[in-house]
Amino acid sequence: MGELDLGMVNWARAQFTLTAMYHWLFVPITLGLSFLCAFFETIYVRTGKEEWKRLTKFWMTLFGINFAIGVATGIILEFEFGTNWSNYSWMVGDIFGAPLAIEGIFAFFIEATFFAVMFFGWERTSKGFHLFSTWMVAIGSNLSALWILVANSWMQYPVGMVFNPDSARFEMQNIWEVILSPVAVAKFTHTTSSSFVVGALFVIAVSSYYLLKKRHIDMAKKSILVASVFGLLSGLFTAFTGDESAFVNASTQPMKLAAYEGLYKGSRGADIVAFGMLTPGKKTGDGQEPFAFEISIPRGLALLATREWNGYVPGIEDLVYGNSAEGLVGAADKIERGKKAIADLAAYKAARKAGDDAAGKAALERFNVNKDYLGYGYMTRPEEIVPPVASTYYSFHYMVYVGTFIIFLMLFFLKAGLSDRLPENRLLLRLGVASFFLAYLASEMGWVVAEVGRQPWAIQDMLPVKMAATNIGSGHVQGTFLLFFILFAVLLLAEIKIMLKQIKIGPEVA
Amino acid sequence: MIGKLDITTLQQLWWILCSVVGSLFLFLNFVQGGQTLLWQVAKDDREKSLIINSLGRKWELTFTTLVLFGGALFAAFPKFYATSFGGAYWVWILILFTFIVQAVSYEYRKKPNNLLGEKTYELFLFVNGSVGILLIGAAVGTFFTGSNFTLNAYNQVAWTHPLRGLEAAFSLFNLSLGLFLVFNARVLGAMYLVNNIDFKGLPQFEARVRRSCLSSFLLSLPFLLYVVVGLVFFDGFGVGKDGAVAMVAGKYLGNLLAMPLVLVLLLAGLFLVILGVTRTGLAKSTTGIWFGGLGTVLVGLAVFFTAGFNDTPFYPSKADLQSSLTIYNASSSHYTLTAMTYVALAIPFVLAYIAYVWRLMDARKIDERDLADKKAY
Repeated sequence: MGELDLGMVNWARAQFTLTAMYHWLFVPITLGLSFLCAFFETIYVRTGKEEWKRLTKFWMTLFGINFAIGVATGIILEFEFGTNWSNYSWMVGDIFGAPLAIEGIFAFFIEATFFAVMFFGWERTSKGFHLFSTWMVAIGSNLSALWILVANSWMQYPVGMVFNPDSARFEMQNIWEVILSPVAVAKFTHTTSSSFVVGALFVIAVSSYYLLKKRHIDMAKKSILVASVFGLLSGLFTAFTGDESAFVNASTQPMKLAAYEGLYKGSRGADIVAFGMLTPGKKTGDGQEPFAFEISIPRGLALLATREWNGYVPGIEDLVYGNSAEGLVGAADKIERGKKAIADLAAYKAARKAGDDAAGKAALERFNVNKDYLGYGYMTRPEEIVPPVASTYYSFHYMVYVGTFIIFLMLFFLKAGLSDRLPENRLLLRLGVASFFLAYLASEMGWVVAEVGRQPWAIQDMLPVKMAATNIGSGHVQGTFLLFFILFAVLLLAEIKIMLKQIKIGPEVA
Repeated sequence: MIGKLDITTLQQLWWILCSVVGSLFLFLNFVQGGQTLLWQVAKDDREKSLIINSLGRKWELTFTTLVLFGGALFAAFPKFYATSFGGAYWVWILILFTFIVQAVSYEYRKKPNNLLGEKTYELFLFVNGSVGILLIGAAVGTFFTGSNFTLNAYNQVAWTHPLRGLEAAFSLFNLSLGLFLVFNARVLGAMYLVNNIDFKGLPQFEARVRRSCLSSFLLSLPFLLYVVVGLVFFDGFGVGKDGAVAMVAGKYLGNLLAMPLVLVLLLAGLFLVILGVTRTGLAKSTTGIWFGGLGTVLVGLAVFFTAGFNDTPFYPSKADLQSSLTIYNASSSHYTLTAMTYVALAIPFVLAYIAYVWRLMDARKIDERDLADKKAY
């Protein structure tokens, strides 16, 4: 395949980062707040009390403002695979396209159809059908998360497929393996539950603000009570699924695990760094100590990654240079085999074109020996398979610290709410407002861990990012980057202004 | 049963499915058409709000159908998805741009403190309905006029025109198809508004909407004529017996004659649209949208079938005829098409609940009471 200009690839990368992180500003609130709206409305329908209806409608207004820009920033992602990553789209479209189409059929229409009822159907449908619609919006939103996360998980852990040398693409062999892969299960549960936490914190932050201002006190207290129960349960589940994600990473993406744990040299019964600062300027294989300082928990990493006291966890350098004692092949060998695979594939193609069946068959047999290393053939040096360690490491640790803190925060809110001592606990309320932003950042950092941590691969071990882009020239990509940057900045500013105004206005008065 | 279908049948089936989704999108463009009518037919704030709130209950369906159209093409014809989106870069980016600004406009237009002001959001809606639909029409036009791309042995796309897809909008045929779609969307928009809004006490407003249906239809005719004449007389792209793509005289007319059913779809569709126009523009009926809508779907199907069936490459390359994409060389594998066909069994259920909710929500027409609601757009 033709090589691509790296400057252009990096602009395409930057554009994907921009659009994905932008979209993610709105998704967690949609995923979490949709369920909270459903809870609130269920309480209204059960109790028949008007104050719960007003409360539900207020949160739905904020939900709608957030939802609109979520939709707007989402459509670009669906088509960006084609516009900026057409090599990728061709090479894996046979597998990757399916979950995107399923997402459209099974999830987006549920959202689009029932959203209209949720917002405009109060007087037009029965109480029961309206409640049903609100639930459907929550379920539809989370279903759409399911399918896009299945697609993302497949990039991290490509299963259920085979490379077809004739079409020069990967083809699906088993859709169930794709959908039910352990990475997909871990990713879906971790992403949705952590988004529930963000949604719950949104409600807590706005309500805390009201309590601090001594406005809408009854509504704020009620909202906090429901949100803190939801947030606490989701927070605990997030911790559990986060642990599961790391365990799955150990077998599917050991390099990513090593990067976010800052583990350069692997060992049996490895310790886990609870707090630590990486040595600035540390490079793979330069012999420097990885940490400037650290506090470790003995055998923690072995337990996390292998569920055994004495399990082996490979470090970055073991994966790059190999470790014969543990049976690890180094990247240099893989690159060499990959280059052979590329040459044999080209020979196969040439023979097929010339109509030389015997030569084609021989080339194909040679290709099949090394085909699992095809992606490595595009690497130039072994160290290229190491992702940016510092950003992965710090993002991961920030996420874990905030995630743990939030669980305790939820507990305090629940306790204060149950004993009806929220209004006087002003420190807790201030923390409630501030923590929303901490959690938001943690949610984004989760994606940094997932996506920066798997560099340089678009498809783990199969297709490097630098081979996945569209060959279009960096000028065009810079142009669209700027276009989206400005457009999204303006829309975000509008969204924030509208949101703050609506929060200031508050719920309808009785 | 689905598991036993051969790949050719599946490829044809998925072209039909994609065509259905694409044609439904053209019908649902009544939302975009309505958006461009806003400044023309609404003379005060109340009339404007009635239109926005009427369209505002449907825009997401159109938007979602576009997304599904993209997703279905990705899953079933990934080579088209990769080639066209990556190649005709700017035309798709600009189309997306108009849909991004549409998505926030309904929700933000009337909200206090909305940064850009009411007029800007209305402009966004207008741009979506005009430029967006025009470019979609131009992109569909390239199914007949061809594009400027080559594919290498690894199916990587290279575009040979510096405008990167925007050149599609400078072909008279593509432009005509685009403008026809813009005016047809306005025809449908007027039909929908007549059906959806309670005009009690607003006879002049109703008259303006009905008139705009007729005038938009008349304005669409020259462009329709050019498209039809083009299809009848132009050389088209054809796949020969040896599998090689070549220019064939009267190819698309030949397709229509070789597939009489498609010709019937086309003529019946046009007839239904005209029927819808007369019911809306010349009579007092509110049911024009169902005739116009069904008619648009049938015409859409005829267009897509003419482009893809009867040994015709649906995404032909002017730059290198042999790089042209057919539904047979651009499709997913047998396994994926089979799996996706099982998924497609859900489509009737999806259509059923959409229809059910539509009926439920539209049982009472949009009126003053809807504008008084705090959540109104």
